[in-house]
Amino acid sequence: MIDKLEGALGFYQQALSLRHERQKVLASNIANADTPNYKARDMDFSQELSRAVEQAEPRPVQLMTTSERHISPLNHSSGLRAAELLYRVPAQPSLDGNTVDMDSERAQFADNAVRYQSSLVMINSRIKSLKSAMQPE
Amino acid sequence: MSMFSIFEISASALSAQSQRMNVTASNLANADSVAGPDGQPYRAKQVVFAAQMQNRQGVGGVNVTQVVEDPTPMRMEYNPEHPLANEQGYVTMPNVEPVHEMVNMIAASRSYQANVEVMNTSKQLMLKTLTLGEG
Repeated sequence: MIDKLEGALGFYQQALSLRHERQKVLASNIANADTPNYKARDMDFSQELSRAVEQAEPRPVQLMTTSERHISPLNHSSGLRAAELLYRVPAQPSLDGNTVDMDSERAQFADNAVRYQSSLVMINSRIKSLKSAMQPE
Repeated sequence: MSMFSIFEISASALSAQSQRMNVTASNLANADSVAGPDGQPYRAKQVVFAAQMQNRQGVGGVNVTQVVEDPTPMRMEYNPEHPLANEQGYVTMPNVEPVHEMVNMIAASRSYQANVEVMNTSKQLMLKTLTLGEG
């Protein structure tokens, strides 16, 4: 029962936490807009999402740890492995080695915020439909 | 906690930019200070920004590592009546360039605004996330 719920909401959860991760990267870009030699970062969202979803599938075989010094396998419930960050290609490079383009960063930030909210709306409607399916009448 | 690290990142930028504003304000206020507490004329100051590495991906905020003094030569002004004038009648004035300071101030205030916006947006998103599943 609970794992079915997890399956129903898992994808949205992954998408949401990846969106949050990207929001953080973009916030860091905006914060460092005046730092010399800072290189703007971003992620390939669709690629990261498909990787995160793949990773979240339960493994058929569990590793057995027979000693406490065995390294425990990565528990997939803890979610995302760190997303792979790429470097932005600067459109107008500046002399101090900084590659943050404030306009595009802010546009991306706003875009990401809207997509985060749309993910929230989708989760909400999913929860609502699950709830109505559970109603007795 | 990872949920609040956007706030940490933006807050570090806010304090760095406000420190830059402070330095600019000090420079503009002292643009004509011929003598400081040490008897020397005021030297223009600049902040040095450096990215702080918070996690292994290198995503993090910014901080001010140091405040350096501007090495450009001091402005000499001919004013023989001034009590601090040298034998030739010149007074050593601060090397503050008001145009640079104004540009710095505008850039700092724009960056500050952008980071406030980031914070506000993140706050709204978090509040919306808190209401998940209601209604």
